Amino acid sequence: MNVKTFLAMLRRDAHVARRNFVTLLLQTLFQPMLLVFVFGKVMTTSGLIQPEYKGMLLPGIIALAMLLSGVWSVAMPLVSEFQFTKEIEDRLLSPIDTDWVAVEKVVAGMLQAIAAGLVVLPTAWLVMGSGVGLSFRQPFDLLALVLLVSCLAAAIGLSLGTSVGQTQIGLMFSLVIAPMIFFGCAYYPWSSLARFPVLQKVVLVNPMVYATEGFRAALVPRFPHLPKRAIYGGLVLFDLLFLAFGLRQFRRKAVG
Amino acid sequence: MPIGLRAEGLRKVYTSPPPLAAAGRGFGMAFRRRPKQDYQVTALDGLALEVAPGEIFGLLGPNGAGKSTTVGVLTTRIRPTAGRAWIGEHEVWKERVAVKRLIGVVPQRPNLDHALTAREILTFHGAYFGLPAEERERRARELLDRFQLTDRADRLVLGFSGGMLQRLSIARALMHSPKVLFLDEPSAGLDPQTRLLLWDLIRRDNESGTTILLTTHNMEEADALCNRVAIVDHGKLIALGTPAELKSSIPGGYVVRLHFAGEPPEALLTTLRKLPGVTEVRAPGPAAVDLYADRGGPLIPEIARLSDDARAEIRDVKISEPSLENLFLHHTGRSLRD
Repeated sequence: MNVKTFLAMLRRDAHVARRNFVTLLLQTLFQPMLLVFVFGKVMTTSGLIQPEYKGMLLPGIIALAMLLSGVWSVAMPLVSEFQFTKEIEDRLLSPIDTDWVAVEKVVAGMLQAIAAGLVVLPTAWLVMGSGVGLSFRQPFDLLALVLLVSCLAAAIGLSLGTSVGQTQIGLMFSLVIAPMIFFGCAYYPWSSLARFPVLQKVVLVNPMVYATEGFRAALVPRFPHLPKRAIYGGLVLFDLLFLAFGLRQFRRKAVG
Repeated sequence: MPIGLRAEGLRKVYTSPPPLAAAGRGFGMAFRRRPKQDYQVTALDGLALEVAPGEIFGLLGPNGAGKSTTVGVLTTRIRPTAGRAWIGEHEVWKERVAVKRLIGVVPQRPNLDHALTAREILTFHGAYFGLPAEERERRARELLDRFQLTDRADRLVLGFSGGMLQRLSIARALMHSPKVLFLDEPSAGLDPQTRLLLWDLIRRDNESGTTILLTTHNMEEADALCNRVAIVDHGKLIALGTPAELKSSIPGGYVVRLHFAGEPPEALLTTLRKLPGVTEVRAPGPAAVDLYADRGGPLIPEIARLSDDARAEIRDVKISEPSLENLFLHHTGRSLRD
């Protein structure tokens, strides 16, 4: 690999992200903050939901913010750069193997997902007020999860960005992203699906479940969550799956 | 030291529609099972080329002749179905990274980075190629100046005109001082003034040692710029040589087109055919006659006299000198613009 080229491409993405800082911030923060405010503040304060729920919700929100920003930051530019503006050709013609161009996209997406997590965690905590009860006694679990979840987000972004047509972006959100979020156990723990045994099994194909349950296991271990082995197994499996699929699609797009 | 390039037996068969034809399509949304469409287009059919170091080489042909596919294959972007190509000593498909270092590519459609300013496009491109920071700033300044883009240097390229985009594309391709420069239809859609500026820039770059391969369907451009021209059609090489050689290779390179007031009598065509220097007489329309001849003007008095004798009134005479257009017509039976 050509390190100079790789770093220059990362620098380019960082430069563009800096330039669009405010837009990016709003894009990643706004929706999770609305959720946090309505579910974590309004409904808990008004007594519609028990205050305990705050701690349940926060890990889900972090996973949601990381996944959304990671997927978005990789998929959207790829869709337009491959199909419309062809901007990616500039990097495909750089003196580096084309696979590394895809890897660079994934690394840039991971960094954005991590940044989103770092911003959402304290802000959401602040908005919810007292009684969230986060525990930071498992820093290595948290670190591993952050890496695995951000990689998952970027890899899903790579897969979608290289598979979805420009006219199908709207469809992608309503058919892929929305169900992923709603059945991603962000608003409820996986164990609460026990009354829906079929659904409980089916949602296990949703990679987001492992992200939300993982953050629950790391940050609020007092709540029920999937066993750690299942969480790490699921995350690693889906990371590899989406990376392999995304890379394959990227190659097919990159070379005629 | 300038380097050349060559290609042997290049074949490319597309089995899926080109991205533009399939624009916007990702996953096929097939609710019904449709029979798989047989899509097969042979874009290159055993093309062989050799471009000498330091040469400006033109690929001339109509749309769909395989010019862009040739450029795609030579620039590592399209995997050939068969055949091999080399840039200097490096085989294109096997040593892609080494090849990418040696080449600069100006695509048919500008593909500039929309998130960056003109200057950043150049400096980041330099960074991809490992130029140190100071050098890329200096080179970007130099190129922006040479391509008359300095006053727009720090703006995003979104509002740039076609000519500016094209100039910036070329400047970007030159950022890393490539040994071989590929220009795919460099002057398509440019006004005549910008085109002249572009030609001048291309010539100057060539003088500093860059080998240039350009594609065009404009024979005036090929004539003005190229040392040698290859005429391609349907993915095959039809003719190859200097513009002058090619033009003199047509039997009777001149075409005299006559328009009569009405349909000329058959007898007149027969006598015209017998004129010295005339190789062929065709009637492309009811009142029109084309004479292929080895001279133009000197034939006119004789033609006028014969027509007068046959009582056919000439309304218009047009003499075209030997040109690549005529050559293409001669070789393919089609005009370049068809």
